[in-house]
Amino acid sequence: MRNVAAIFQKQIKDTFKNKEILIQFVMFPLMAVIMENLIHVEGLPRNYFVNMFSSMFVGMAPLVSIAAVISEEKEKNTLRVLMMSGVKPAEYLLGVGSYIWLACMAGALIMGMTGKYKGRELAVFLMVMGVGILASMLIGAAIGTLSRNQMMATSLMVPVMMVFAFLPMLAGFNDSIKKIARVAYSEQIGILIGRVGDFQIGVENVGVILGNMVVAGLVFRYAYRKCGLA
Amino acid sequence: MMEYAIEMNHIVLQFGEKEVLKGIDLKVQRGEIFGLLGPSGAGKTTLIKILTGQLCQTGGEAVLLGRDTKHAQNIHRRLGMMMDNFGLYERLSVSDNLKLFASIYGVSHKKMDEALKKVGLYKDKKCAAMKLSKGMRSRLSLARAVMAEPDALFLDEPTSGLDPATAAEIHQLIQKEQERGATIFLTTHNMEEAHKLCNHVALLNEGKIVEYGEPEEVCRRYNHQNKLQIRLYGGKQIELPNNKMAADKMKKYLEEEAVETIHSTEPSLETVFMELTGRSFD
Repeated sequence: MRNVAAIFQKQIKDTFKNKEILIQFVMFPLMAVIMENLIHVEGLPRNYFVNMFSSMFVGMAPLVSIAAVISEEKEKNTLRVLMMSGVKPAEYLLGVGSYIWLACMAGALIMGMTGKYKGRELAVFLMVMGVGILASMLIGAAIGTLSRNQMMATSLMVPVMMVFAFLPMLAGFNDSIKKIARVAYSEQIGILIGRVGDFQIGVENVGVILGNMVVAGLVFRYAYRKCGLA
Repeated sequence: MMEYAIEMNHIVLQFGEKEVLKGIDLKVQRGEIFGLLGPSGAGKTTLIKILTGQLCQTGGEAVLLGRDTKHAQNIHRRLGMMMDNFGLYERLSVSDNLKLFASIYGVSHKKMDEALKKVGLYKDKKCAAMKLSKGMRSRLSLARAVMAEPDALFLDEPTSGLDPATAAEIHQLIQKEQERGATIFLTTHNMEEAHKLCNHVALLNEGKIVEYGEPEEVCRRYNHQNKLQIRLYGGKQIELPNNKMAADKMKKYLEEEAVETIHSTEPSLETVFMELTGRSFD
């Protein structure tokens, strides 16, 4: 646990000096706060902006952050130094992963409060967000592990992130896209967020989210075996 | 019985068809500074990676501090490592870079400050690593490696690209670590550095050890000319055979107080290497 705590603390210090990562945690919660409070259009569903930005946040921030952190550490050899100091790969991933999960959950809390969710609604909203963030982190960790450097990570993460972050929004405009989007965890997270007030969870929601997580886990395992963490 | 910190028995490493290391046999005594010399691409860093458990050899056995390096993860806390590209957290301060590893090693902040003082970076402890000069980064990397007082230190090109004054400071720190009792394994292509620091050196070329021994002994072994070079006042240079036939002439020059300098003609490590391999270190 000592190593996990040390890496967690390092990540806190580093994030405040790393604008690229910091902006991932702040951008969508801030946009949700601004849009939800400034734009009032008659006929818009309740929490339209909060729900839309929440599913985009889930598909983008955790995925980009963890892929960027791991690939930067690989490129600059800091990850190798950590491994050489006796830090185990699982400890490193737990330290970085728990930090990113909590930072994203702080953003989710702000979004939940902006949507004026309270009590059970807020708990459900955070639970759905927490699961989505975890799924995104698995994909991001696989990309970071597969990449030798930040440039390679960026070229892999951008198309993946675009698909998962923007599918839920595009699905709202087009039925054909909606059919395809159903197999993406971020779309299912978007659907569940939309049902927070009257929460129901179906087999399809659970199946797709779990299926996506299993695939991401397998990709991560392949990446780890092929490239190793350092 | 001699105690060895590092033992390598017929280490072979293959990447596909290519044989990178071709049967390396080496022993490094506890508490010595050992220099692995060779040009870029000779396999020096690869050998360090095998010894520290970052790479697994295709054949042979490597033992570090009494343990098979295939299980090196169990002894990482007894190792210090300085890589050629330092591996520092650029955005973090000097002290935050060390605090991370102090927490991992379970080292007190007092010891961390001592390490910073030892490398002369204490007053720069709040400075971000990215703002340090190359020499300072090198010293920070060394402070991180020695902070936990490791039993074995691996230094990969520790003074590469540094000015002579900074390199001399690094040399002093390495010698202090030896005095503390650490075994130091360094790679370099700086022959002067190897001659000055190392108790034993091995010359590595194309994956093979082509020579091994004390630096001076290695040079003496290749002193084929065995002559004395004498420079007289006035600039005249004379070469005499290093035997009794030259004694009378030498005596005469000395009596006349005409001798400005005398040198023996044993080659430098670099010359030995070039003789053995037909290549230079560049």
